[in-house]
Order: sequence, then structure tokens, then C-alpha cells
Amino acid sequence: MNVFVQQVINGIHVGSIYALIALGYTMVYGIVRLINFAHGDILMMGAYFGLFSITIFNLPFGAAIIVAMLVCAVFGMLIDIIAYKPLRNAPRISALITALGVSLFLENLFRVLFGAEPKKMPNVSSLQGHISIGVIKISYVTVLTVLLSIIFMVGLQFIVKKTKIGKAMRSVSEDKEAARLMGVNVNKTISITFALGSALGALGGVLYSVAYYQVEPYMGMMPGLKAFVAAVLGGIGIIPGAMLGGFVMGLVESLSIGYISQSWSNAIVFGILILVLLFKPAGILGKNVREKV
Amino acid sequence: MLKVDNIQVYYGAIHAIKGISFQVEEGKIVTLIGANGAGKTTIMHTVSGLIRPQSGSIAFDGVDITNTRAHTIVEMGMAHVPEGRRVFAKMTVKENLEMGAYSRKDKGALEADYDMVYSRFPRLKERRKQLAGTMSGGEQQMLAIARALMSKPKLMLLDEPSMGLAPILVDEVFNIIKDINKSGTTILLVEQNAHKALSIADCAYVLETGNIVLSGDAKEMLDNEAVKKAYLG
Repeated sequence: MNVFVQQVINGIHVGSIYALIALGYTMVYGIVRLINFAHGDILMMGAYFGLFSITIFNLPFGAAIIVAMLVCAVFGMLIDIIAYKPLRNAPRISALITALGVSLFLENLFRVLFGAEPKKMPNVSSLQGHISIGVIKISYVTVLTVLLSIIFMVGLQFIVKKTKIGKAMRSVSEDKEAARLMGVNVNKTISITFALGSALGALGGVLYSVAYYQVEPYMGMMPGLKAFVAAVLGGIGIIPGAMLGGFVMGLVESLSIGYISQSWSNAIVFGILILVLLFKPAGILGKNVREKV
Repeated sequence: MLKVDNIQVYYGAIHAIKGISFQVEEGKIVTLIGANGAGKTTIMHTVSGLIRPQSGSIAFDGVDITNTRAHTIVEMGMAHVPEGRRVFAKMTVKENLEMGAYSRKDKGALEADYDMVYSRFPRLKERRKQLAGTMSGGEQQMLAIARALMSKPKLMLLDEPSMGLAPILVDEVFNIIKDINKSGTTILLVEQNAHKALSIADCAYVLETGNIVLSGDAKEMLDNEAVKKAYLG
């Protein structure tokens, strides 16, 4: 029982990080129908910027998170403007291949700039320690990760549902031409979507590096891929789906680590992707609709 | 209000519009009629800035808008109700109306305008929390027109507003268009239902494969033998 509860807590911890990253995939997919494979590398960049804010600029942890999110928001917009915007009317496969290219470019750029050696994320002193409930221990890092994730997810949901820019985003995702006829600046709206998604990805990156103490150029690949699976699992393009998918992924992963084996956990996670694609291609919250021609 | 001067539009290799000029005077209802594929929708898209002409010019309210982007033209006071309604199906009726008011700067006056739209279209008030995609075709057309009204346009472009509607709804839509015009909005109307369009319009242009072949007073055109034969059956 204790193992189970502990693994569920771990699952919620890592799941909330997957959920944050999955949101970036799903928002970008929703608005430009692109699987932005460079999104995992935004996580990596976020971790680096967070690390540098702490080690070089001696910023407190909270400020480091904000810096990482802001810088990555700008980079997210730049990536869209430089790499994807020229391909907006090109076949979708072109943009997809470009996304893979951007991913490789960023990974290698950071390797050249900062070396391939993993850097150690310093211990944040205020995050040492844990809450004990009987024999169950919940570390402060877990508490902070889950809290921040939930706050930002609720915030995002508010932005998308209630604000003017959120409504513009939804209208662009449904019908770009009709949105333009309402006076929506489509390119600006897409930029903002990339910025929001990247900021959440950066937050995920900092939290991920705090949990695993490491920052290296390829660190975004695995969590990026898993978050992508989470987005598909929940229903790509559907924001609550990405959150749900993230938590499901985290729980499945940590329960398989706890009860089956560490080495099988990835196989199980990706096995789930295959099953979802076979039996409910639109995802848990998705409606099976035919692709419009 | 609107002056289109000798515009040429290409769709890829297709020469869709071959040098068309026409005018819409303030306060009038002007209609473009013609068969399918004559270029009516292309003209509407060019006027509202969704596509750009290769040559020629378009002036709106005395300002050149030939190369102005669509979202800026909306702010200048032109609303376009596109063919096929194009309401945002996954947004509620109210949110669709809010999108119509997206370009408005005078937030204070919005509430009164929602009331105005709701009193003109009581069904929309009943259904304001419903997703637009769940409504009937007629209701969606009303919503598309109401959404355009929310931008307080000086000029409203309507592209095939009667398409796919039951005859009784067609009459209702045309009455609404007349009403909107009476309350001060200039109308540019594209219709396949030429008889209906001519009966509410002040003046009309007849289009054939990218050219204007006839223009003049709409009522006179209703009696024109050639028009009768080609478009009024």
C-alpha cells in the first residue's frame, strides 16, 4: 500500500511536468496543425536558462523560473517566425520535417555552446525537506511542482476561455479566414500561442531539472516525446486533454516502475500510444471526426 | 463608399477577375449577380482583403485599401459575411458575437449593441449559451449576420446569404438585409437568387466569367429581357 501511494505521488509529480509540456504541443497543434517536435528542446532551453539564472546571476529560484519562461517565450516566437511561418501554406509534412530540423539544431547548438557534459542543477535550499504523512513522504519539490503546474494550467484555461486573446486563439484554430474577417491578426495570435506554450514548456524544464538535478543538451528528447504521447492520449488540440494525458502518462510510468520494472516502463508508455492510436485515434477526450478536406 | 477600379485577380494560374470596376454608393444596396464561377466570391474576398488583386485599386470611404490587410479593413468599418456562414462552431453564440465585436474600441457601448442584436434576433438570445455548431442552418445564417453587425459596419458584404435555406427563411433573411440597410448600413450583396436580390437592391452588376457585362438600376434589370432569360428563368 505504501509503495502504491508513494508511486502515485511520484506519478502525479512527473505527470504534472508532462502535462505542462503537453500543453505546448496541443496548443500549437490546435492553432497551426503542426506537431512541433522542437518543443522538447524548449524544455531543455528552459532548464539551461533556469540553471544560468541561479548559478551565474545568483537569482533566487522563483526569479529563475520567471526568467526561463520569459526567455523561452521569446525563443518560441522566434522559432515560429523564422522556421514555421514561411511554411504556413506549404504541405504539412514540410513543416513537420522542419520541426525535426529545428529540434536537432537546438540540441547541437546547446552542445556546441555549453558542452555535452551534464551540468548539475544546484540544490535549492528552500526546497530541501519533505512533508511526512505517516510513512508517506512528499518532498517539497513535488509539492511545488504540482502546485505550480496546477496554477499555470488553471491560468491557461482562464486565458483561453475568458480573455480576448484566448477567444482569438480559438477562432483562429477553427477558421483562420473567418477570424481575419473579425479583425483578428492571425500571425500575431499564432505568435502569442507559441509564446504561451513555450513559457509552459520552460516551466516544465526547470521543474524537471530540479527533480533530476541534471541539465544537458539532449534532456528534452524523452520528456518531450512522452509529453507528445500525453497530448495524443488526451486528444491532440484539446487543452484539458493534454492535462489529463499528462497525469495519466505520469501515473502509468511510475506505477510500471514500481510494480513491473524500470526498464519496461518506457515500453509500456509507448505501447499505450500505439493502443490509443489503434482504438481511439482522437484520444480520450477527442471526438472521432473525419478530417475535413 | 466603395470604389473598385479595374481590378485583376489571379488564383494561381487562373485569371479569375479580368478587370472589373464598380461602385457602391453610401446608403444603397448594391448586388452582384451571375452564374456559379463568374467570380462573385473572389470579388468579395478581394474587397475585404482576404486576397490581393494583381492590379487595379480599391478605395473604401475615400481611403485606398488595395494592399490593406483584412483585419485592418474590419477596423475601418467593413464587415464581410462569408459564403457558407463560417460561424465558429465550437464557440457559443455569445462568443461568436464577441468575436464580431473584436475590432471595436468603444467597449462601453457593447452591452447596448448586444441588446440591439438580441432584439433583432430573439432566437440568438435564447441560444446565447449554445455552441454555434449545434444550431440549424437558418439560425447560423442569422448569427453570421448578427456577428457582422457587432462590428458596427458602415459597409456590409453579404455573400450568398440565402444559400441552402428554406424559402420562408430566405424571405426572412432578405427582410433583415433591407432592415439593416434602412438603419444606415450600406450593403454589397452577392446572390445566386437573382430575382430576390434585384427586388431589394438599388443597383446591380451582372457578372460573367470575370467580367461585368451589364450594370444599372436593379428594378429596371428585373424587366430586362436578357437578364430575365439568363438569370430569372
